Amino acid sequence: MDAQTAVLDIRDLRTEFVTEEGVVHAVNGISYRLHQGQTIGVVGESGSGKSVSVLSVLRLLPSPPARIVGGEVWFKGQDLLKLPEKEMRRIRGKEIAMIFQDPMTSLNPVLTIGFQIMEPLMLHLHMGKKEARERAIELLHMVGIPEPQKRVDDYPHQFSGGMRQRAMIAMALACQPTVLIADEPTTALDVTIQAQIVDLVKRLRDELGMALIWITHDLGVVAGLADRVIVMYAGLIMEDAPVDELYEHPQHPYTRALLRSLPRMDEEAGRPLETIEGLPPDLLQMPQGCPFAPRCTYVRPECRTQRPPLVEIQPGHRVACWVDLETGALRS
Amino acid sequence: MSQTTDATARSQPLLRVENLVKHFPIRRGIIIQRQVGAVRAVDGVSLHIYPGETLGLVGESGCGKSTLGRTIVRLYKPTRGRVLLRVHNGNGHAQEVDLTDLKGKELRRMRRHIQMVFQDPYASLNPRMSVGQIIAEPLLVHGIGSPQEREERVKELLTLVGLRPSHINRYPHEFSGGQRQRIGIARALALQPDFIVLDEPISALDVSIQAQVVNLLQELQQKFRLTYLFIAHDLSMVRHISDRTAVMYLGKIVELADRDELYQHPLHPYTKALLSAVPVPDPKKEREKQREILQGDVPSPVNPPSGCRFRTRCPLAEAVCAEREPELREVAPRHWVACHLI
Repeated sequence: MDAQTAVLDIRDLRTEFVTEEGVVHAVNGISYRLHQGQTIGVVGESGSGKSVSVLSVLRLLPSPPARIVGGEVWFKGQDLLKLPEKEMRRIRGKEIAMIFQDPMTSLNPVLTIGFQIMEPLMLHLHMGKKEARERAIELLHMVGIPEPQKRVDDYPHQFSGGMRQRAMIAMALACQPTVLIADEPTTALDVTIQAQIVDLVKRLRDELGMALIWITHDLGVVAGLADRVIVMYAGLIMEDAPVDELYEHPQHPYTRALLRSLPRMDEEAGRPLETIEGLPPDLLQMPQGCPFAPRCTYVRPECRTQRPPLVEIQPGHRVACWVDLETGALRS
Repeated sequence: MSQTTDATARSQPLLRVENLVKHFPIRRGIIIQRQVGAVRAVDGVSLHIYPGETLGLVGESGCGKSTLGRTIVRLYKPTRGRVLLRVHNGNGHAQEVDLTDLKGKELRRMRRHIQMVFQDPYASLNPRMSVGQIIAEPLLVHGIGSPQEREERVKELLTLVGLRPSHINRYPHEFSGGQRQRIGIARALALQPDFIVLDEPISALDVSIQAQVVNLLQELQQKFRLTYLFIAHDLSMVRHISDRTAVMYLGKIVELADRDELYQHPLHPYTKALLSAVPVPDPKKEREKQREILQGDVPSPVNPPSGCRFRTRCPLAEAVCAEREPELREVAPRHWVACHLI
């Protein structure tokens, strides 16, 4: 974990939403570093703060109701959270690009696909219209759109779901960003199309040497994609480990339970699924202790009163749990 | 599992679907609406469902799996084909009833036997009705019980699906997605049906909640000897829950077999590609896996390809595939495939 090679360094990020019912504590202090060329998978269920945390990094959340109440996000020697909006705009799309879950709502329906890809090229790279158009066609070709010379003038509704996602990837990659953030990019897609998109992103990542943050609720997708996996729950990191380690030796009760609640294609069928009883906590009233404690089978009295810090139990493996699952003893 | 398979082999089917077709007309014109085409959502499906089994139905979006489910329970009127349900009449005999042309009262009477759980637990519960009213509604419609008896029954159903009887006066918005799906299940159980169509009942739920609902469905099935048609796009969950599995593509069933047979020895090129596309939560296996990646998208059901509908994406397609439509044939005992090349 050498700080020098980290392209993105998120420190103690905290985001809240002010609503009529009260303050929703969406992200409650998360820290991690993304290194050059590395792929981090961020896994969590709805409300775990996985999307809000990266939207906070790019400052894409509308304020109000959102407010970033703490933390730093270091990128190329500057804290993104302190940059003036004008400079932030130079980072978004150019240095750090993002692709979203629903390509239909994140593409502008009244502009052609080509124009939407040309826009960042003209804006950030100061290309002329003609040059940008040629580059757009190249990019569409690169992401596997057939007949890009023709399709460049299509509108989003003329593309299928998988093609829209490809177009959005072309847009995101237009300026060859250092970091690509993918927020559930395949959740709305069918499995065969998901396989196409995952394959495409992997290939482009390796060709362009980008660092990648892939947010998902699907532990299957990131297994083949990520170098490291971060498991989030209630706006906190529960576990963070190299991918093999996380799947083979999960050290947080939540990660374990999550892995055991999945039916798996590579196991004998019909094994009863283990359930995680209860519900995630209400983020309006974050519990004082570990947010997973009410659903945890390893729970101890101290779990309910004191929140376990995220500690490194082995090089590169961080866990937020008072109980050492291997020995059953409390961590000091 | 083998027990149920043997049992299903012996018994009579509870439900027979014969050459079912459901087309949705596409109309043009403002005053005089001419039909200019049709979305051929379900285009000739035949299958049998046996008492006590779970038939899993998988396919990608737009393949017609939900339309098939809805046509079976007669939320849609079929364009052609028949749906036959075996029902017990009072004197211990069973008879087959053709649901296809039933109307009004008669259809409603048959609906006691056949119920549905919907995908979206937010859209399928009326927000203005209390949980008690929602679950009691089928009883009310069918004129079962006095108000007190209905209330007792609702409380019993709530307990059965893992909710509290005291929830009876609450409203849907007070519940989480998983709890709402339990309410939907309780409603489907109210009339003690034989057969339930489960249309993507867990797709909208979080991973940790999915297992809860699936386990509940399995428990209830055993308790009441229910028969399920479980529609989903999640292949690993369908494998988990089903006894037999059917794969649909563009309005047709392309493969149907016992669960283990289908997942271990898939024969249709589409089934193979579909299974290979499912990511496994194991990094080592994922890295080693040679994934078969299908090119292109599913063609439009308005204008499906000639011959075999999968041929435009099929890695093995030959000339014959464009000429003739493959029939669903039994190529091994209880293993049905629609492909020319097998």
